[in-house]
This record gives sequence, C-alpha cells and structure tokens, in this order.
Amino acid sequence: MIRFILIQNRAGKTRLAKWYMQFDDDEKQKLIEEVHAVVTVRDAKHTNFVEFRNFKIIYRRYAGLYFCICVDVTDNNLAYLEGIHNFVEEAHWTLWPGSRVDLSVLTSQRQSSTQANWLTLASMLLPDINVLNEYFHNVCELDLVFNFYKVYTVVDEMFLAGEIRETSQTKVLKQLLMLQSLE
Amino acid sequence: MPAVSKGDGMRGLAVFISDIRNCKSKEAEIKRINKELANIRSKFKGDKALDGYSKKKYVCKLLFIFLLGHDIDFGHMEAVNLLSSNKYTEKQIGYLFISVLVNSNSDLISLINNAIKNDLSSRNPTFMNLALHCIANVGSREMAEAFAAEVPRILVAGDTMDSVKQSAALCLLRLNRTSPDLVLMGEWTARVVHLLNDQHLGVVTAATSLITTLAQKSPEDFKTSVSLAVARLSRIVSSASTDLQDYTYYFVAAPWLSVKLLRLLQCYPPPEDGAIRGRLTECLETILNKAQEPPKSKKVQHSNAKNAVLFEAISLIIHHDSEPTLLVRACNQLGQFLQHRETNLRYLALESMCTLASSEFSHEAVKTHIETVINALKSERDVSVRQRAVDLLYAMCDRSNAKQIVAEMLSYLETADYSIREEIVLKVAILAEKYAVDYTWYVDTILNLIRFAGDYVSDEVWYRVIQIVINRDEVQGYAAKTVFEALQAPACHENLVKVGGYILGEFGNLIAGDSRSSPLIQFDLLHSKFHLCSVPTRALLLSAYIKFINLFPEVKGTIQEVLRSDSQLRNADVELQQRAVEYLRLSSIASTDILATVLEEMPPFPERESSILAKLKRKKGPGNLHPDLDENRKERSANGGTVAASPTPSTDLLGLGSTITTQNSAPPASKGTSLLVDVFSENIAAFPVETPVAVGPVADENFSRDISYIPTVHWGTLGIFVGIQSWQSIQFINPKIPDMRCLPLAPFPSRFVCKNNGVLYENQLLQIGLKSEFRQNLGRMYVFFGNKTSTQFMNFGWPFTAPYCAFFLTVSLQLNVHAKPADPTVDGGAQLQQILNIECMSDFVDAPVLNIQFRYGGTLQNVAVKLPITLNKFFQPTEMTSQDFFQRWKQLGAPQQEVQKIFKAKHSMDTEVTKAKIMGFGAALLDGVDPNPSNFVGAGVIHTKTTQVGCLLRLEPNTQAQMYRLTLRTSRDTVSQRLCDLLSEQF
Repeated sequence: MIRFILIQNRAGKTRLAKWYMQFDDDEKQKLIEEVHAVVTVRDAKHTNFVEFRNFKIIYRRYAGLYFCICVDVTDNNLAYLEGIHNFVEEAHWTLWPGSRVDLSVLTSQRQSSTQANWLTLASMLLPDINVLNEYFHNVCELDLVFNFYKVYTVVDEMFLAGEIRETSQTKVLKQLLMLQSLE
Repeated sequence: MPAVSKGDGMRGLAVFISDIRNCKSKEAEIKRINKELANIRSKFKGDKALDGYSKKKYVCKLLFIFLLGHDIDFGHMEAVNLLSSNKYTEKQIGYLFISVLVNSNSDLISLINNAIKNDLSSRNPTFMNLALHCIANVGSREMAEAFAAEVPRILVAGDTMDSVKQSAALCLLRLNRTSPDLVLMGEWTARVVHLLNDQHLGVVTAATSLITTLAQKSPEDFKTSVSLAVARLSRIVSSASTDLQDYTYYFVAAPWLSVKLLRLLQCYPPPEDGAIRGRLTECLETILNKAQEPPKSKKVQHSNAKNAVLFEAISLIIHHDSEPTLLVRACNQLGQFLQHRETNLRYLALESMCTLASSEFSHEAVKTHIETVINALKSERDVSVRQRAVDLLYAMCDRSNAKQIVAEMLSYLETADYSIREEIVLKVAILAEKYAVDYTWYVDTILNLIRFAGDYVSDEVWYRVIQIVINRDEVQGYAAKTVFEALQAPACHENLVKVGGYILGEFGNLIAGDSRSSPLIQFDLLHSKFHLCSVPTRALLLSAYIKFINLFPEVKGTIQEVLRSDSQLRNADVELQQRAVEYLRLSSIASTDILATVLEEMPPFPERESSILAKLKRKKGPGNLHPDLDENRKERSANGGTVAASPTPSTDLLGLGSTITTQNSAPPASKGTSLLVDVFSENIAAFPVETPVAVGPVADENFSRDISYIPTVHWGTLGIFVGIQSWQSIQFINPKIPDMRCLPLAPFPSRFVCKNNGVLYENQLLQIGLKSEFRQNLGRMYVFFGNKTSTQFMNFGWPFTAPYCAFFLTVSLQLNVHAKPADPTVDGGAQLQQILNIECMSDFVDAPVLNIQFRYGGTLQNVAVKLPITLNKFFQPTEMTSQDFFQRWKQLGAPQQEVQKIFKAKHSMDTEVTKAKIMGFGAALLDGVDPNPSNFVGAGVIHTKTTQVGCLLRLEPNTQAQMYRLTLRTSRDTVSQRLCDLLSEQF
C-alpha cells in the first residue's frame, strides 16, 4: 500500500503531501526532509527506486518537481512509477487552463462515438515527456501552489486509502470536469 | 497572475498566495501571514454573518497557511459549518480542511460525523464521495464506530453509482486496517467477492485491493475470489490493446488492474481445479510471450506498464513454485533484463532473480548468469543496484561456485560503499562457513575479511571463527600458523589481535616447534600489540598470557614479570587490574596439575545456528521479504546440500548474538495461559532422594584457603561451562555490569527478591517456573520446566553450578545446593518438576546459575539463568519493642556496620506496597517504633550455617522528592552491604 505521497521542488519545498498512515507532525516533517535528502542526490542514471526505512520510495522528477510515492517493499515498483505518470498527466489536463478547450472537444467526441480511440487522441494532444518537463518547469509548480485545493481532489480521485482507486484518465477527467461545473 | 480558473476561483485567495510568494524574507512572510490571520479572526468573530463563499475563502486561506507550516488554532468550527453547505465547492473545502487538520480526538468529531452521516444518506453521489473520502482519509476509531456498518451497505447496494462503489470499497479497506474488530464482513463477503465481475473496471480495481487485504487476513473466506480473478485476468490479457478503451494505458490493457489481480492470486496456492489452473497458466504464458513481442510504442510508459505486469506475473510464478517450465522461462526473461539499458529493469531483474534462486527448479538457470551479475557488481553506477547484485550472488551461491563468489565479494569489499560493507562482511562470513570444503580456506577468508574491512567485522564474526577453529581439530594448527603470520604486519586491526590472542592462547603450542614461532616470539608478538588495544582486547590478551603459562612453562617468568608491572597490577581499569592480580597469584601458587586443569583447552562448542546468520536476519529487519529470511526454503533446494538451519534460533549460552534476544524475553509475564500457572496451586509431592551435583574439582585445601581472599575467581570453572564469552571477559558473572553482551546469563527479575513463586524465565521453547520456601538457613526450591513445543526435548539435563562451588572455593562454599538428576526427556507440552535443597553456609553475593542443556530439533539448546536465591531468603523476622530496637540500633553503631543508600523511587510510593515488600524481603515490620510514622523500620536475623547475623533496617521515604533513604545496620559489614543492595532495588 501507499504510505504517503509527496511532491517537492528541488529546494525541498513541499507542494503536496498526502499521508495514508498516522504520523504526528514532527514525524511528517522529518520524513519530508529525509525524502528530499535521499531523492535529490540521485541522478538520471540511477533507478527510480530508493530503499527508505522499512519502505521504498518510487519517484520521478519532472523538471524541478519530484513526485515521490512511498510504498511497501513488496509492492510493484513499475506499477507505481507509472501511477505517478498517470497522475501527472491527469493533473496536467485538469490544471492547465489552455488544455481545457481540447478536453471539452475530447469529451464531447467520446460521448458521440464510444469507439473513438482515446489513446490516439491522447498521443496527439498530450505533449511529449520532454514538453511535459518543460511545462512543469514553467507552469505546473505554480499551478500546484495556486490550485492546491484542487490537486487534493485529483489525488483523491486516483488514490484512496493508500490504494489506486481509478486509473482511467478519461473517467477521472469527466468526473473532475463535472465537479468543476458545480457551484 | 498564474492560472486561476474563473467561476470557482477565489480571487482573495489568489491575491494572498501571490503576496506570500512575493515576500522577500521569512520575516516578511510571517508578517503577511499574521496580518491575514488577524483579518480572518476578525471576520469570524464579527457581528455580520459570513456568507458561504467568504467562509470557504477564509477557511481555504487558513488551510494554505497551515500547509506552509504554520500552526492554526481556530477556524475548525467554520470548516465544520461548511460541511453542511449544499454547494459542492464549499463542502469540498470543508472536507479538505477536516481531512488535513482535524485529529481524531477533536471534540468536533460528533459534529463532523453528523455531517458525514447526512451526506452518506443524501443519495447525491458527489456528496457521498466527499463523505467517503473523508472517512478514508481520517480513518479514526470514532469514524469506524459510526460508519463501519453503513459503508458495506453502500458498497453492495444495487443502486449505488459506480464511482461511489469505488470510494466505498477503499473506505472500507481503510476502516478494516485501522479498526479490524469493527468491520465485520460476514454477510457481505460473497457480494464483495462478486464485485470482481463488475462491468466497471474502476470498481473492479478498487474492489481487488479490498479483497486482497481481506484475503490476507482470512484466506478461507475469500477463496472463491481465485476463480473470478483468473477469469478477469484472462479476459484482460487476451484482449486486443484497444478493447478496454479507457483502461488501456500506452497500448497496455489495464496494467494496474492486472497487477492487482496477480497480487490477489499470490494470497493463495495454485488453484486445485484443473481448468482454472490451466487458464491461469495460459495467462502467465501469454504475459511472458508478450514480453518477447516488439513494443507497440517507443515510449518508456509503454514498456514500464508492460513490465509491471510481467514482474508481477513472475512473482506469482515464484510464489507458486510448481511449474518448472514457467520458472525457467521467467529466469531467461530476467536474464535478458540483466543487460538491458534501463537501470530500473536491471535492478528489478536482480531483485526478482534473487527469489528465483531459491527455487529448486530455477536455481541452476539462475547460476548461468553469474558472470553478468559479477560484472554488475563491478560496473553499476547506482549503489542500490550493486547491493542487489550482492544479494543475488549470495542467493545463487552453492558449493560449486562458492570460491568464485566469495573471492569476488572479497575483492569488491575493498571498494564497496561504506553503507553496505557490514552486510557484505556478514554474507561473506556465512558463505565461507557454509560452503567450506576445507577449513583452511575458511580461516583465510575470515582473516582477509578482517584485513580488508576490519571495522565492519562485528563480534559475531570473529566469535564464530573461533568456535569453528575450536570445534575442528584439523584446522587448529593451520589457524595458529596463519594468525601468527598475519600478526606480523606492522599495523593490524584490533579484531585480528583478538582472534590472534585467542587462537595462540589455545593452540600456540601447535606451532611452537618451529624456532621462528617459539613461545617467546609468540608472546612478544602479542604483547607488542597490547598497548595499542582497547580494554576488552587487553583483557583478552591477559587471559591469553595465563594460558601461555600453562602451555609454555618456559615463558612463565617473562609473563609474570609483565603481570607484575605497575601498568598491570595498578591499572586504572578494574577489570584489567583484577585479571592481572588473579592471574599472577594463580600462576605463582597453583601446581602444574591445577594449572593444567584450570587452563585446559576449551571444549567444543555445541553446534547450532550460526549467530552471524541471526545477525544478518536481524539486520534485515521485519517486514522484509528478502530471500535470506526464507532460509528453510533455500535449504530445500537441491544444491543447498548444507547443514540444515535450526527451525528456531537457539538460546545461546555463549552470548553470541541471540543472547540479546534471551535477555529481552527474560522478564516473563506470569499471566495468561501460562503453562505453569496451575502447578503452583498443587500440593508438591514429598522429597525425593537427592544427590549432590555441584561440586567442582577437589582442590588442595591449603591452596583454596590461601587464595580465598580473591573476591571473584570463577574464571576456570566458568571457562569450562561458559566458554568463549568468559574467556573474553570475566565480567559476565558480575550482575552489575550493564553491557548485556558480556552477560549471557539471564538475570532473574528483581521481584523475586521479595517473592518466592513465579515464572523465572521463558523463551519460545521453554518456560521455567519456581516455587520456593525457606526456613532459617535451609531452603527448598521446586523448579518446573515446561516444554512449550509439541515435540519432545531430548537429553534434558542441567549441570548445576554455583559460582561459589567453583573450583577455587570448594571448601569455603557459601551455598550448598543438592538436586536430583533430571529425567532426560520432556514430552511436548509437558512439564518436569525438580527439587533443589539449599543450605546457606555463610553470607554470599552471587546467586547460583542454572544451566540447562537439551536437544530440540537436532540442535543443542543452552539456557543459563540465575536462580533467585538471595541472602535475604534466609531472613527470620524478629519482633521487638521500640526501646529494644533503639538500644540495638545504637549497639550496631560502628561505621562499617552501617550501610546507607539514598535513591530515587522507581515505582509509585505506595505505603501498603512498601510494607508488603519489606515483609516479603523477610524482615519483621515494626509499627510505632520510628517517631516519624511515614518511615518504615524492620528487624530480623539472617541465618547461615556458621553464624546468625542480626539486622535492623530503616526506610525513610520523601514523597516530595520521590526519594528514599535506606539504612541497614547489621553485625557484619558484608551482610549490611548485600541487604542494602538487594532491598534498594525494590522501590
């Protein structure tokens, strides 16, 4: 199971912290610092996994942001690594205002034609990973700051109780768009 | 201004966040925050009722401030108010604040629960989800009590929306984790399992997590999930990449759900039903086949998702450990990954292969990759990958490749990262021992370990090499020669000096024939290192010297000279000084025969589980499913071919490693379903015939008397009984030494000083209970040995030793203890009773030691416990008047007769408890004697065979300072001291 999720920037500022087990505030602060120390010293040639106390951290860096998931040692590394990416793409769609137009096109198409291939659309619309890096560098960290209360909603849609709740980007998007339309 | 969406955006919040970001200093930030807090506080306190939007905005600002790391002490009520709003955005902020900030013992919890209850019954899926997410995020006991019944109902109701079902499933999972007693699945089980068939893959994803967790706890209840999981998995892996639409991720069909289903299946053995089993095998083959197909995308996301499923499938194959073809295919697949350009894949392949190495079907296949793994050890840039390579080499090691692997690990050790050196040292030591064909190789390897990484060689490692050398005649000469040569190096590690000192002390004679290693040269060599060593090592060297005196009478003069020097005889360290004094004395007065007996070669150590292995396991810690832990499984492997490890770690008399465990488990809990509880109420049968067992070698009477002034001379006898640890340090018999590692004996719990019955000792195998009675200088102790296992203990015996029955003090025994030899077997679950008769000859300090030896599961087990026979047991209470008391008190006024101690209270200062303890201690409690009624005075007589010692005691509590002052006056200084020591430990 997931023990916690942390998004930190390179300077160690926490942009999101989600805890799935009980820690007191001091312990949380200690964990945040330790994770930062462990993750930032690693370079691109290293694995995306680090042993951490009795757990392990699966992390991926997008430009200046580290997305870290702490899981049990027996958990599937690659599944959580892609869980991070799935979330990042989702957050990208939700928070990037420029993409909103594309999304509405997408969702209306999906309603009219269930056979539409989401993936081909996605690969057309979604920027390449490097573009994503660029994007996060310029926009995303600020988006996370200004929309912090929305990011928690995205997290709760995709992860709950330390488990993966929903993996379909379209399903989550539809739900989030629906929520945003509510007063 | 960065992106803030219109409609729901809170402009005031965005402005505030911008302000904070524009602050140039920490002080400016704090100033801005304080300004905002004041503003919000005034708004919340204001007369004007706030509208929902403002409330939401301010609560959100507070939340932001909290997330920045500042404390928030108000606004909770406003957040709770937001919960009952009927606008989503307001409710959402309210719930978010509660989830992040409210701790479970908040007094708002009933209000919060009320709001949650309303939302759960609102039939509005959005609100229901918010409420369920809040329960899942907080997961407190109160919430579990309030909603554990409601959540499963929502989960299985026919009209619940899919997204609510997903939340409900995981909410239930959280409640089950935090309060399993409150979540009763009973009636819901079948319907929850059925969720695996749900149309909505999101529901299946959430339900699979729930079912996996529940199945781990009660596999029997959820075993019907196996066939459903296999069916579901089969549909996913055989689908075309576009079939699952929303759930296809970079051309991989439902990778996360596949992983979860494969994990669920790992809760169970291979399916018994042939059809299901066949279908599952097909799935696994398909997954393995897909790994060989060309990728559908060049993106790393595609290959990661595909390999996530592949690695989980391999885990399942290894878990089943029943299909040789699949195991070998898995191994080949991992072999390809070992050379992949992705570091992640190389790491995971090494890790996964480690578990494959323990399967008999794939062990050989894993071994074929040895060169690649060795190469990884040398060339990987990431230390965690190298670590996995070390693990894999360790796992794949067997007799055929041990020399190569040990050599590679040794040479890696010289450059290895500091963080993993100790573990590598342990692994090398274990492999060298396990696969040693000739022990000269083993000795060389361990000495190399000390040479390359001496600082990382723990005590366990060098203890072990000595145990092995002592137990194997054929290697002793070689070992002596090798350590002698190794010690020639101008700078050698202290651990080498320890090993060298020990081995030359025992076996130096085997190389003394060679003029290049004559006794004097050996001694000079050792002594040249002496001054550079720490105290424990010097103590060991002193023991080596006295052993030399026995081995080589010709160097006696030289050694006595060394012992006699001021730096030894007047050493500031008590231990060194005492050894020097005792050894010097011993060497000058004991006859050759006595020396030869006392300083005899160490007897072989009992064979048992390597303490190094135990250490490695401890290092790995709990919860780590590393293959090292699965030693039994490894032993099963066809190539294991080694001595089977004991199923349970034996209690280790020698104090090598597992002693620490023994110590921890020593204070037993005398409650619950204790095996021995009932025996104390039974009438004990009449005395059987006893025979004395505890007599040391008979010594020359004059000799004994002559040296009886030596305070604690137990070295010889204990050397024989206790072996290496006492050899290293006499300290172990002194109960005051805090270093537990030097103290293989389990001390008795201090409550036994004032109490005669109870459980003395308990470990996984054995429980020892006591019932005792004392009258004057005589005592009788019933000892009960309970076998906690279901199998018989063989060769149960207990050489009974009292330190003062030790060799040197045969005549002036302070205690006489007689026991009947034990029945050599104790059946599983049964208990054995033994009676000890005790006679106190004169006052004493050290308690007798109970040594037990028995065979369990082919391993010799040793337990050593101190028996709670303390001086105060021979107390007879004496009633006297106030006048008598003070008269005697004055008579015992000489300074050496009084011992006083002031100490801090360790327990609560309860008068009744204190009275009970003083009476339990044996003295009569005298009321109305002390002018101060809160003081306690007592009187009694200690009976020994030779004398009777009158004792008076006074205990003055100071409840304000939580201190006591205890004064003892007796006619004998040693008795005063001992009683004071014993009694002061009780409060």
